[in-house]
Amino acid sequence: MSSLVINDLRKSFGGVEVLKNINLSAESGEFIALVGPSGCGKSTLLAMIAGLESVTSGEIRIEGRLINNEAPKNRDIAMVFQSYALYPTMTVRDNMSFGMESRRVPKAEQAETIARVAALLQIEPLLGRKPSQLSGGQRQRVAMGRALVRDPKLFLFDEPLSNLDAKLRIEMRSEIKKLHQNVAKTMVYVTHDQIEAMTLASRIAVMFKGILQQYDTPQNIYERPVNKFVAGFMGSPTMNFLDATISPDLGVIVDGGDGKVLPLQDGQIAGLVAGQKVVFGVRPEHFSPVEEKRAERKGGRSGVVSVKVDMVEPTGAETILMTKLAGQDVVVSCEPDDMHAVGDEVTLAIDMTKICLFDPKTEARL
Amino acid sequence: MADVIAHHEFDPLSTGSPRRRILSKSAVYALLIVFAVCYLLPLLIIFLNTLRPLQEIVRTGFIAWPHEVSAQYWGEAWGSFCIGGTCEGVSRFFKNSLMMAIPATVFSTAIGLVNGYILSKWRFRGADALFGLVTLGVFLPAQMTLLPWAFVLGKLGLSNSIAGLVLIHTVQGISFTTLFCRNYFLNVPDDLIKAARIDGAGFWRIFRRIILPLSPPIIIVTVIWQFTGIWNEFLFGAVFTSGDHQPITSAIVAFSGSGTGERHYNVEAAAVIMAALPPLFIYLVGGKYFVRGLTQGAVK
Ligand SMILES: Nc1ncnc2c1ncn2[C@@H]1O[C@H](COP(=O)(O)OP(=O)(O)O)[C@@H](O)[C@H]1O
Ligand SMILES: [Mg+2]
Repeated sequence: MSSLVINDLRKSFGGVEVLKNINLSAESGEFIALVGPSGCGKSTLLAMIAGLESVTSGEIRIEGRLINNEAPKNRDIAMVFQSYALYPTMTVRDNMSFGMESRRVPKAEQAETIARVAALLQIEPLLGRKPSQLSGGQRQRVAMGRALVRDPKLFLFDEPLSNLDAKLRIEMRSEIKKLHQNVAKTMVYVTHDQIEAMTLASRIAVMFKGILQQYDTPQNIYERPVNKFVAGFMGSPTMNFLDATISPDLGVIVDGGDGKVLPLQDGQIAGLVAGQKVVFGVRPEHFSPVEEKRAERKGGRSGVVSVKVDMVEPTGAETILMTKLAGQDVVVSCEPDDMHAVGDEVTLAIDMTKICLFDPKTEARL
Repeated sequence: MADVIAHHEFDPLSTGSPRRRILSKSAVYALLIVFAVCYLLPLLIIFLNTLRPLQEIVRTGFIAWPHEVSAQYWGEAWGSFCIGGTCEGVSRFFKNSLMMAIPATVFSTAIGLVNGYILSKWRFRGADALFGLVTLGVFLPAQMTLLPWAFVLGKLGLSNSIAGLVLIHTVQGISFTTLFCRNYFLNVPDDLIKAARIDGAGFWRIFRRIILPLSPPIIIVTVIWQFTGIWNEFLFGAVFTSGDHQPITSAIVAFSGSGTGERHYNVEAAAVIMAALPPLFIYLVGGKYFVRGLTQGAVK
């Protein structure tokens, strides 16, 4: 059964339409990530699900019930805010019991629930403290705790980790994943961090300029992005986009180079015509040394190219090369052991099973 | 929500050569002392006159060191001096002022808190325009409102009564208290209200449990501002009340002016200081919170 269904949802502030025709649904127990650059309307969408923003048109259903005009408290949701929004004058315990008091939960049951959630999140020692006496990570936990004392149909998270430092963010990320497995509730998670979306979600909704670009599993989003925006937004370092032309034998020729043909797979050539202009998309990690024969070992084909190294950025686990391929900028990720120096001409194999072709005008994937 | 930061005074005179430091500091202190003396001297002269017998004041003038000291004039001023045929001193006018200033302060502060809460956190179409109109009252001279008030008090049957003054000062104060509270509550993050709404709290529960506990700094500011303002106010009291119903500020003017024959400078001086004591007391107790409340955000 679908836990959350959003049909043709639109939102305007004054005359400005910030959400256009959003369609989305989440199965019960699913973890949905809403991801997109800042200002694309993620928080607005979440606030509309929560009942904090009005619906301009369209419908929102939770477990089949139309909730467009329900008050937030009647929607059976819990929400974690980016700012945590802990009540500053209340102790952690009071923060957690505030909602239960409003819902007239008996005192004994309140205490029981708080004890259970505090144990789950390991915040028992903090129950008597005020939010100002907590560290960032502790506040984050308390904010989660405040949502968890409720047993809602839907959890909403608005960038809950974006105020934490990098290390804590990764820790809390896996805790949230564990938590989701534990409570098995439907969760909608807003983030601008594509790695968070990839690691946590069962399905990802990629948004841009108020439009839902693609809604699919992390793997499909990564391997088969519907357009150039999704391809560029998901993955780090970001996908390389090269101007290219389709050759008479339906391979790819990168513009500005020596005219060498990079072979396409059988499944990739449908609808292509010789001489067609395309955008050739290849991810940095899909370059490899020719002798590894990565594509061939999977039964695919490689396209061999030669790049000139402009800059080398070691990150430890991998080394990023800023290079030029036929005069166009290309970022390549390689093993730190492959010692490349600035100015080197390097011959690399592109795994052609993984590449994407886009229409230069519509930016849609071909 | 930054962590509490200890406040360190910045002292621009703490560096430089010792000679420069001593010179500049002495200059600063000398200047401050001169101004403090100018400001406090009148108060001291009035105070000394409360202790001097009348003949001595008449003989040696107003500005002189007391030879004979007595506290009896304080007692007379408070309880037995004759004003307008009643020999009860200023104590009843003092009570009038309390009866006027305390309720008016409480009401105007309470209304200002609710107004500020609505205008900052439950915004509606036209909220800014309404706020503009309310704050217009801050700049409106009180004299302009005399005639409308005379009309209203007459209609309500509240002429020459403390209740009438309470009404006037409550309404006149709303502009200030709304301005203060609304601007203070702007610093309260909207997310708190959103979280509370999801938690099932309504308008008043959010006000009581979230907004009010954050409000002591601004409550202190409005209470001090309103109480001193209302207590010291003279115009409305003088225009709309007479006889037994006057607040102390108008009564003092009446009894110094209505004297037949000799003036009791020492008793009058004591009455003046009595009239000034409550605001002074409030300032001494709450002054530092006043400054802090004006500069502090709601959420530390
Ligand atoms: N209350 C509002 N009034 C007018 N415009 C708003 C309001 N809230 C958000 N917006 C606009 O809607 C767009 C989407 O905002 P938001 O949902 O916060 O984006 P995100 O969370 O993806 O960064 C932004 O352009 C923002 O300026
Ligand atoms: Mg946002």
